[in-house]
Amino acid sequence: MEMPNPSDIVLSRKDELVARLLAVLPEDAVIHEESETRAYECDALTAYKCPPLLAVLPRSTEEVSGVLRICHEMNVPVVPRGSGTSLAGGALPTSDCVILGIARMNDVLETDYANRIIRVQTGRTNLSVSGAVEENDFFYAPDPSSQLACAIAGNIAMNSGGAHCLKYGVTTNNLMGVKMVMMDGEIVEIGGAHLDSSGLDLLGVICGSEGQLGVVTEATLRILHKPEGARPALVGFDSNEVAGACVSDIIKAGVLPVAIEFMDRRVIEVVENYAQAGYPLCEALLIIEVEGSDAEIDAQLALIREIASKHNPVEFREARDGDEAARIWLGRKSAFGAMGQINDYMCLDGTIPVSALPMVLRRIGEISEEFGLDVGNVFHAGDGNMHPLILFDANKDGDLETCEAMGAEILKLCVEAGGCLTGEHGVGIEKRDLMHVQYDPADLAAQMAIKDVFDPKWLLNPAKVFPLDASDSRRAVSTAAE
Amino acid sequence: MTPTSEAELAELISAATTPFAIRGGGTRVLNADDGPILDTTGMSGISLYEPGALTVVAGSGTPVQEIANALKAENQRLAFEPPNLNDALGTSGESTIGGVAASNASGPRRIAVGACRDFMLGVRFVDGAGNIVKNGGRVMKNVTGYDLVKLMSSAHGTLGVLSEVSLKVLPNVEFQVSLRLADLSAQQAIDAMSSALGSPFEVSGAARDADGSVLLRFEGFEASVRYRAESLMKNLAAFGAIEQIEDQETCEALWSDIRDARAFAKGQGDLWRISVKPSDAPEFLEQVQPSKTLLDWGGGLIWAELPSGTDIRAKMTVAGHATLMRAGTDNFAKLGRFHPEPTPLAKISADLRARFDPKGLFNPGLMGDLS
Repeated sequence: MEMPNPSDIVLSRKDELVARLLAVLPEDAVIHEESETRAYECDALTAYKCPPLLAVLPRSTEEVSGVLRICHEMNVPVVPRGSGTSLAGGALPTSDCVILGIARMNDVLETDYANRIIRVQTGRTNLSVSGAVEENDFFYAPDPSSQLACAIAGNIAMNSGGAHCLKYGVTTNNLMGVKMVMMDGEIVEIGGAHLDSSGLDLLGVICGSEGQLGVVTEATLRILHKPEGARPALVGFDSNEVAGACVSDIIKAGVLPVAIEFMDRRVIEVVENYAQAGYPLCEALLIIEVEGSDAEIDAQLALIREIASKHNPVEFREARDGDEAARIWLGRKSAFGAMGQINDYMCLDGTIPVSALPMVLRRIGEISEEFGLDVGNVFHAGDGNMHPLILFDANKDGDLETCEAMGAEILKLCVEAGGCLTGEHGVGIEKRDLMHVQYDPADLAAQMAIKDVFDPKWLLNPAKVFPLDASDSRRAVSTAAE
Repeated sequence: MTPTSEAELAELISAATTPFAIRGGGTRVLNADDGPILDTTGMSGISLYEPGALTVVAGSGTPVQEIANALKAENQRLAFEPPNLNDALGTSGESTIGGVAASNASGPRRIAVGACRDFMLGVRFVDGAGNIVKNGGRVMKNVTGYDLVKLMSSAHGTLGVLSEVSLKVLPNVEFQVSLRLADLSAQQAIDAMSSALGSPFEVSGAARDADGSVLLRFEGFEASVRYRAESLMKNLAAFGAIEQIEDQETCEALWSDIRDARAFAKGQGDLWRISVKPSDAPEFLEQVQPSKTLLDWGGGLIWAELPSGTDIRAKMTVAGHATLMRAGTDNFAKLGRFHPEPTPLAKISADLRARFDPKGLFNPGLMGDLS
């Protein structure tokens, strides 16, 4: 993975930078000893590591503003960091950057049930947003797998999804307003407790901009009342194609489950070994969850059973109570951990049209044979968001490179099938150099023009999202300024 | 000028040196001085429709009705309910999907399922330099690069001319029921709607019509709809008598009237569309004293008719924004269609326009401060 050369000028001014930052931050908020900056050398994409020049942990929007103003004046790149759970390397530092960690800003600022919103500082974790409104039976809908750890700041940066977004949408559909600090230190507020924008939908472009347009310190989020109940069913099939066709039929029939999750044989076997969830050992397995009152759930599951039965499932199991529901979800929720037990793996995130599922699954099998690395599939089938897990051995020479080449092949396949490189993890550095597969130069230029407006010096998370050769001349702006 | 393809559109814009007024179906009043009409209706037709993937892709000039018909044949629909404002605005013409997309036009179901922006999966457009640009795609989850789709959904053509839009569609519903709570004050109405929307009973419409009746809509499978409506009736007993409306055509008509703001047909004075926090609506109405009002989105969307030339924004002390929808040419010029943005945001928006439309070709007087 190529990263830009660090700026010698920035490296040489470290002492001055530390001194200036200490003028706007308390001592415990500036981390500059080499032994301590190492804690920020990577995120959840652990294959790449680089300790930052230093890290700061501000406690307020004003402190964030102070940090950015100084870095802007001194042309120091800034990499914002939520909880560091990015699988795409979104928070990977460069050796000349300041990591701006938002984790200390985690307060709930306002809960408003009448208007169904909550306002939080963005260092707050996803799950604890729901936790703050749980006693009133409300919840925050987007539920990325890392929700116990991941911060709302990172959710906004990556426009995170989750298993239940088939019904409730992803972050951008649940974000109503932000307070954001621009790279030059200016604090702006966009959106709020009212719906939609009067002018350009800036909120919509900030969400998913991977920390490249500003640092979001506060967010107004939509909260919802919990459904009366929810229950999953488990359906096993003897081929991937048939399972894919069943997903399509369910969606067409007018049932809108909250989640349709898919696992293939490779994953079922590993998961069953690990968690003993009692899954049938078949080629493909769907977990379909519906919501509502008991009677509504019964009616929806009956319809799903009717549709599934036309595809001759090898098993159809409805959860009759909470225990059975938990058992059905147990395997799915332990899938990533279980796969990690048997091997190192790389988790891809391409999305495809649901209709292309059978073809894409078949091709992934062929690509796996071609490259000689095993692959398991576990993903959100209802919206076509695939998560092929490529198994490799990090200690074996060349295996990571083979794995990356194979991943690139699979992602190209997703684009060819009418889909995209990433459905919910973001581009980061991981898919950065594949952007030209999905987008033409004019498409990328239009996106980079947005960054030119928000961050003319290209100091915020500069080496991410766009292929380095495409962003070269723009990133040179700050160097030229020196 | 009516280009019939994206390539033709790009050529035309590349060569252009003076501004256009971009027009789809002509359902909205354009600025008189924006130059000759650039008509998008030549780029028409559905290019892809996959019911099993809930996706439709169409040229920007495709009539919304054509898309609705195609979806209906597969028992699906555009769930964000694009309004037809011809009656309310005194316009004629047929909405195009590009016009709907460029103005984020969304109906009562916005509070339950999202706005047009939330259903837009991808766009193709031609920017002011004549570049053909695509963003997003045709899949439901896509975080590959920046989300220009959202920008285009709010730009009213000022960042580029849409050539193609791809949308997520949803299944049609089997059954709907509406509840009517007659004669509620604005405050009572907000309380009733907030209680309904804060329940687990999945209300897909919450409005107060111009006569002061609150309407609540439930949609889905029949048994489920009945159960939810009846459960909520018990919760709302304190608000007085509740009428349950089950006739499907009546329900359909009630909500299309609200969607299209038909209460303001042939009205006198200016028509405004205001977005506020629902609980701020009573205070807003108290401040502004409109001659006629319609509340939608649980009170978050206010349609208000006022005497010609009234500057509603000057009277507004609550957060939100007011868009002038119907007025004489002079009032549009005097008051501006769109709510002025705070300075830092106005500057960002102006910079974005300058990047995407360096020659100042697209609807130059429509949005933002040009000075």
